[in-house]
Amino acid sequence: MSATGKRILWTTALAAIVCVAIGLYIGLYLVNVPGSSAAVQTSSGTNLYLATVPAAALNDPHPTWVSYYAVDAGATNWRHVTTYTVPANTLVHVTIYNFDSPSGLRNPWFGQSSGTVGGVMTLDGKTMKGIDPDNASHVFSIPQIGLVIPLDGIAATAKNPCSNAPCSLSNNHTTTTFTFRTPGKGLYRWQCFVPCAAGYIAGFGGPMQTVGYMDGFIKVV
Amino acid sequence: MEETHHWRNIVVLWLVASLIMTPIVIFVIGPGLPPGNGSVEASGQVTDNTVLLATATPVALAVLVYIAYACWAFRERTPEVVLDGPAIRGNSSVQFWWLIVTTTLVLFLAGYGTVRLLADGSGGGQGPNPIAVPSAPNGGKPLVVQVVAQQWQFNYRFPGYGGFETNQIELPENTLVQFNVTSLDVIHSFWAYELGVKADANPGVNNVAYVTTKGPLLFHVRCAELCGVWHGYMFDQGRVVPKAQFAAWIVQQKTKFAPATKTLPPYSKTYFPQPLRRGG
Repeated sequence: MSATGKRILWTTALAAIVCVAIGLYIGLYLVNVPGSSAAVQTSSGTNLYLATVPAAALNDPHPTWVSYYAVDAGATNWRHVTTYTVPANTLVHVTIYNFDSPSGLRNPWFGQSSGTVGGVMTLDGKTMKGIDPDNASHVFSIPQIGLVIPLDGIAATAKNPCSNAPCSLSNNHTTTTFTFRTPGKGLYRWQCFVPCAAGYIAGFGGPMQTVGYMDGFIKVV
Repeated sequence: MEETHHWRNIVVLWLVASLIMTPIVIFVIGPGLPPGNGSVEASGQVTDNTVLLATATPVALAVLVYIAYACWAFRERTPEVVLDGPAIRGNSSVQFWWLIVTTTLVLFLAGYGTVRLLADGSGGGQGPNPIAVPSAPNGGKPLVVQVVAQQWQFNYRFPGYGGFETNQIELPENTLVQFNVTSLDVIHSFWAYELGVKADANPGVNNVAYVTTKGPLLFHVRCAELCGVWHGYMFDQGRVVPKAQFAAWIVQQKTKFAPATKTLPPYSKTYFPQPLRRGG
């Protein structure tokens, strides 16, 4: 084979490899849908169990980032997903176990619950309309439907705090419950409003800017 | 054909095209230009956009007619042999008149824009010390609505009604509204499209924009400044409603958010750097 022929062959082969690599990259990106967790149907209705931790699991790509997790009623089965699937036009009972300490709200307005049935929530079994904004650890909010739930933080003097996921209900935690009616089918986003991203400018970088930690989707089906 | 005939032909063609297209732009295309007639300022912007487009139409037509005429009149009729044309030489007369006409147009538009901006602010943010304050339809003071932007939601505070805050916005019809726009974190931009209002929301700055509402209207609010992961989701809807309906809405919202109002800092034109909190 002539030198020119070899050059053409190598160039063609290289171009083909680059094209395949680009195709694979795009293909893998398109099929890489973040995991999701579906609400559980029980005799009491549709239930969704979540947990917030001061730091993700040690084997997580970001083991120092604060994060939400999907759990079960006993907080034993921990899955690091922030896309939650719920049925449309249905009352969903949500329980959130919070293992984190307070950061305080930048806007105290988010210290009041709204968008729930009766406009109320319960904190450790006690019905209330909101919490002290300075004691907010996180917020679970779906802005498109006006849902706002502030999560009370554990005391700074807690004896048995949890540092990384997964945590246990034997660790210090607060339990917040509320019920809301889901909207029509669609994809809705949720977020936290507490500047809780430690080590980032104004507490709003890192996990606050990354879907999969303090942001996610509510898939209404 | 003599060169002067070419110029005469181009001018005649341009004149005819302009006489046809300019009225079409003014009377047919103009009324449909954005952002519509949702407010006095929005209507003013439609007028301004129409003036700009009508002024630009003859200029664009001059270029297009010249190109089209040149392509037709100076095309190569014997393409077997393609020869390079004669060297292009300057035409000082054309250059002179081009400069005169375009300079006049630009100066006219600069003057027109300045006058329009000074008249009522055209719905734009004027900073903390606005100089173009429109007069209220029935006299009196404007309704002050504070727009509080943060990652990633707009909230609205009504200092004239006890300073309560809500995540919804309704405005009374035929009313002068003063938006005090600020941010609690990064730079956002309050863009109420159908109202013709667009004002940057900067932390530590009170950016004032005015709008005079007309009749009932559904308007869309979007953030127009890239502000983070949920920037694309930072939107909501507002309504312009009859005054009685607005009064009832105010009472309802004030009651609903009374507990939250108790925890809010006193109304202030800015809130930055307080209550900036630590991270983590």
